[in-house]
Amino acid sequence: MTTFMVPAVNVADLKETTLLNMAIFGLFVAITMVIVVKASKNNKTAADYYAAGRSFTGSQNGTAIAGDYLSAASFLGITGAIAINGYDGFMYSIGFLVAWLVALLLVAELLRNTGKFTMADVLSFRLKQRPVRIAAAISTLVVCFFYLLAQMAGAGTLISLLLGISDWGGQALVIIVVGALMIMYVLIGGMKGTTWVQIIKAVLLIAGAAVMTLWVLAIYGFNLSSLLGGAVEASGNQNLLNPGLQYGKTETSKIDFMSLALALVLGTAALPHVLMRFYTVPTAKEARKSVVWSIWLIGLFYLFTLVLGFGAAALVGADTIKSAPGGVNSAAPLLAFHLGGPLLLGFISAVAFATILAVVAGLTITAAASFAHDIYASVIAKGKADAATEVKVARRTVVVIGLLAIIGGIFANGQNVAFLVALAFAVAASANLPTIVYSLYWRKFTTQGAIWSMYGGLGSAILLIALSPVVSGAKTSMIPGANFAIFPLSNPGIVSIPLAFFLGWLGSVLDKRLEDTTKQAEMEVRSLTGVGAEKATDH
Amino acid sequence: MGHEAQETDATAAVDFKEVQSTPRFQELRKRHRSFVFPMAIAFLLWYFAYVLLADYAVGFMSTKVWGNINVGLIMGLLQFVTTFAITGWYVSYSNRKLDPIAAEIRHEIEGHEFDKDGNQITGVKK
Repeated sequence: MTTFMVPAVNVADLKETTLLNMAIFGLFVAITMVIVVKASKNNKTAADYYAAGRSFTGSQNGTAIAGDYLSAASFLGITGAIAINGYDGFMYSIGFLVAWLVALLLVAELLRNTGKFTMADVLSFRLKQRPVRIAAAISTLVVCFFYLLAQMAGAGTLISLLLGISDWGGQALVIIVVGALMIMYVLIGGMKGTTWVQIIKAVLLIAGAAVMTLWVLAIYGFNLSSLLGGAVEASGNQNLLNPGLQYGKTETSKIDFMSLALALVLGTAALPHVLMRFYTVPTAKEARKSVVWSIWLIGLFYLFTLVLGFGAAALVGADTIKSAPGGVNSAAPLLAFHLGGPLLLGFISAVAFATILAVVAGLTITAAASFAHDIYASVIAKGKADAATEVKVARRTVVVIGLLAIIGGIFANGQNVAFLVALAFAVAASANLPTIVYSLYWRKFTTQGAIWSMYGGLGSAILLIALSPVVSGAKTSMIPGANFAIFPLSNPGIVSIPLAFFLGWLGSVLDKRLEDTTKQAEMEVRSLTGVGAEKATDH
Repeated sequence: MGHEAQETDATAAVDFKEVQSTPRFQELRKRHRSFVFPMAIAFLLWYFAYVLLADYAVGFMSTKVWGNINVGLIMGLLQFVTTFAITGWYVSYSNRKLDPIAAEIRHEIEGHEFDKDGNQITGVKK
């Protein structure tokens, strides 16, 4: 087997491909910018700007959802995790995929039928508008912020490897460029432009991963067993294929993994930027098709990462990966270099950049829509703002969020990307999911229940993170010198998610005020039948 | 917003409580819930059973079945298979059992609106 191999990857060679990487990325930016400008011609109303005129088909939207979901953290992170930790890395991807069933079965269609632009539309449908909308908008902004930070911090890490820029100033400059490009996409293109960027990126990412997967399998004669054997042999670790390498060390780490699994499986269907995508299609049936399409694409992609991860372990080797700039995240790019030389590396690097750009754009438009639609239009202007003003506010918010993301990204550069993403999932699962499920399915759910559940879930998730070993008390903590880690787990979900469900129930049964049963009837009928749901706008 | 006002007008006169209490809507609600709830519970139990096995039954999961392929890998790939299968099952169930009845109720409500007001509202024509 080893006779096929090109000599081991020399990390120093990567720097020579910098220009090529930049050229391919530049080409991607140029092509997508043209499409974004073309797509923006029809942006007239709020529905155009936030929801792309509800004119995308299920398969287009499903591809865009896959583009949104397959962030740099899942592409580079999972491949790297499998290369280093073997089986435990694979378990991540299973959680990320299975989670889509929650979205498919319980959330997507009913949400499409009852809402207009944001998650808060659904949550506040039959409850008291103001308090519920504010709470939902706050948790939307918090989740988007953590997710954004993760992507921007990831951009810094990626750059150090792919462009050979290792000094702080150079990385900061690239983060500024990424942020500025993203602001342009979202300002010009709105949801329609953002969606096209995501579709193109998803196609490139999945195609690139497919080529690499076939390549790796071909090296091993399309025999998965011998690929796995090669990975074990190269790593010298007999347990690479068995669970427990990362999470099986102690009893605490086992429970930590349970906690992570819970957040992953329940968090996906509550991520605001994923939920908002369901409004870009004309009907609930198309929303269903989107999820089906994205489940197939995401599932297929994670099967690719299984091969790529073990392929990187076998062909590149864990030691080379760990010592490369970018560490674990460099597994996929190094494998690309090993297989196809500078050209494939350039392609994969450009796709990884495009990934960050697209995900950041999706998050920004979600956060801006939530601020303009939920906080500005409904709370500050008390519903009196016209659509044009609302969109104007949304556009200004895009610029503000873009600048915050750039500044945050520069300072979060070097932080643990996987942790920030896991935190976003945990916050989404704790703060949003219980209220989404209760308000869609539980007749007796009340405003007080929603408020307790959302703030309780949000507050407890963040508090537990602050008191966890992630922030203090360990070598790898954000504040290594201090120790106030009284909560032993890195993932808060196992406590904060059940707590938020409990608070939602308790708040509702203790609420003396009754909710409007007419509104409840309206929501239920609308959610299941699609009566009066927002239609596609014609142009 | 102009958009919202228009939409509210279109369904303002509908007595949703009455629609909610019709046997046909109750049937739709029952069909929907009797599929999605058991299915959601089933896949969550299966997923957490898998996570628990990976956490606490490492020996069993590491048992080699064929070459280097062990029980853990097969169970993991089975999670993919069940996810795809449940997706397909739900789509076929919705197409057969949910969509026709939902469309019937929707057309009835919107058609009624159309008759009463004498003018066309958005969404009558698909």
